Amino acid sequence: MIIDVARFVETERAYWDELDAALARLANEPRRRMALTEIQRLHYLYERSSADLGRLDSFSAGPQLKDYLEALVSRAYSEIHETRASGRVKWKSAALAFPRAFRRHVRAFQLAVAVTLLGCAFGWFALRQDPGVKASLLPFSGLLDSPAERVAKEESARQDRLKGVKGSFAAELMTNNIRVTLLSMAAGITYGAGTVILLFYNGVILGLVAADYISGGQGVFLAGWLLPHGSIEIPAILLGGQAGFILAGALIGWGESTPRAQRFRAVSGDLFAIACGAAAMLVWAGMVEAFISQYHQPVIPYALKISLGVGELAALAAFLGWAGRE
Amino acid sequence: MTAVRQDSLVIETPEGVVFSFELATPATRALAWSIDTAISLGIAYNAAKVLEIVATLSGDWANALGVITFFVVSMVYCIVLEWRWGGQTIGKRLLGLRVIDEQGLRLQLPQIVLRNLMRLVDAPPPLLYLIGGVAALVSRKGQRLGDMAANTVVVRERRRSVPDLAQIAPARYNSLLAYPHLAARLRNQASAEAVGMTTRAVLRRDGFEAMARVELFRELAEYYRGLVGFPEAAVEGLTDEQYLRSVLGAIYGGVGGKGIGAGAVPG
Repeated sequence: MIIDVARFVETERAYWDELDAALARLANEPRRRMALTEIQRLHYLYERSSADLGRLDSFSAGPQLKDYLEALVSRAYSEIHETRASGRVKWKSAALAFPRAFRRHVRAFQLAVAVTLLGCAFGWFALRQDPGVKASLLPFSGLLDSPAERVAKEESARQDRLKGVKGSFAAELMTNNIRVTLLSMAAGITYGAGTVILLFYNGVILGLVAADYISGGQGVFLAGWLLPHGSIEIPAILLGGQAGFILAGALIGWGESTPRAQRFRAVSGDLFAIACGAAAMLVWAGMVEAFISQYHQPVIPYALKISLGVGELAALAAFLGWAGRE
Repeated sequence: MTAVRQDSLVIETPEGVVFSFELATPATRALAWSIDTAISLGIAYNAAKVLEIVATLSGDWANALGVITFFVVSMVYCIVLEWRWGGQTIGKRLLGLRVIDEQGLRLQLPQIVLRNLMRLVDAPPPLLYLIGGVAALVSRKGQRLGDMAANTVVVRERRRSVPDLAQIAPARYNSLLAYPHLAARLRNQASAEAVGMTTRAVLRRDGFEAMARVELFRELAEYYRGLVGFPEAAVEGLTDEQYLRSVLGAIYGGVGGKGIGAGAVPG
């Protein structure tokens, strides 16, 4: 028990100040590698301050002093017991973290694909059963015309209808798609229900539009229109869904005995990597949609647009499948 | 999740040391968020003003940059500041709040990004912060959904300096220390909360209205008098405030009585 707080402070203050200075140095220079003697000294100071805090526990006099020591010991604790990588961002490994995270949770991606395909099938059959469903399900009025009429209009257009608004259009597409993708991820916190709804709805729209154009004999136009940006945009949204299911999996924790907090901790790095990767993909997709996808034959031949889309998809598959493999 | 909300987050280290953080209340957090929202809107507004210069060259690209700037500011304002300032934004800094790791470990970038991206669910535009607010109210640790997913909590900022014992109990003659056995009993029986409250009251004495200060010191002095009765000779002529300073001097260990005076606290 401490009888004389003033003397206790007088004796220990130098050690606390030294620990405080060492922690400040670590915070200011996170990239600095400490020598073994420095690490040993830091550990000694941490243990000594922890012991001081323990001694204060049984003493009523020290709420303010205890507050100060708790703050000091908690800072030291976070530095000494942290086993995850430091805050230093290495761009190469950050870029490779994305495909690695994708592969680690490939089943969640497959689930996202399955839910989207289910939505596609629903949209396809809904249109086959009742063509009037277009008006109630499609979010854009531009898609309500008959495919043949739209194709004729687009192919005969002599003026650039996006002239003077291409940049704004690209920006709107990027920001909206990134928001939707991140929402698919965040909605995983609803035990995955929100993610399922968003993916299924996206699938319904996709299936409906595909059924409309293919049954109207405009499959080539559809491929030329959607593939250049869709080959990146649709996988990005699926990646958002994958992240949502990873989050839901950590929340539910089927067959796992680890606490929920630990499960979340285990996947947070992967969620971060996938979210960043998907957002970067959507920046590219937005540019392609505004500057290439909206221009049709004869301005840009369909074969070229389809080839571009297929090439992008192949490159993306190769990146996600092989980049960073050890 | 449970309805029983904690006031503090207690962490026990592998060495057996226990320390705690005072959890921020939802009301304080809402205020900090309001400040941050106003600041990020201000940044976006000023950026739009700057982009008017670009608009003279190309209205389309000025619009595009405006859309992107607003989106980026709304998404990354908190992420950047919390990352650079160790869990604080301007609003949190003003209100003395900080985001920390739920287990007291170092806050990581993925945690910061995740908790901020989860605002899309916590605070969907038409509902303001309704979902996150309800989650924080019913969560044991006051966590919104983003905090749960990222393993973070928002706490009140900790004190960073050693309390100045000399200011609390100046090195004057302390009549209570003439009775060491009673002073020792006082040290044992006074609660940590009461000592903390008394210390704060003494340090902030000038911030109180005169009548409120007299009343507060009277109530605190009564508490200590109820714990230990010092002989009349020790307390004769002491006002409640002088009595409380002597009590703190006795509790903090002989200040003013046995040679450890104002100069005893380094710094």
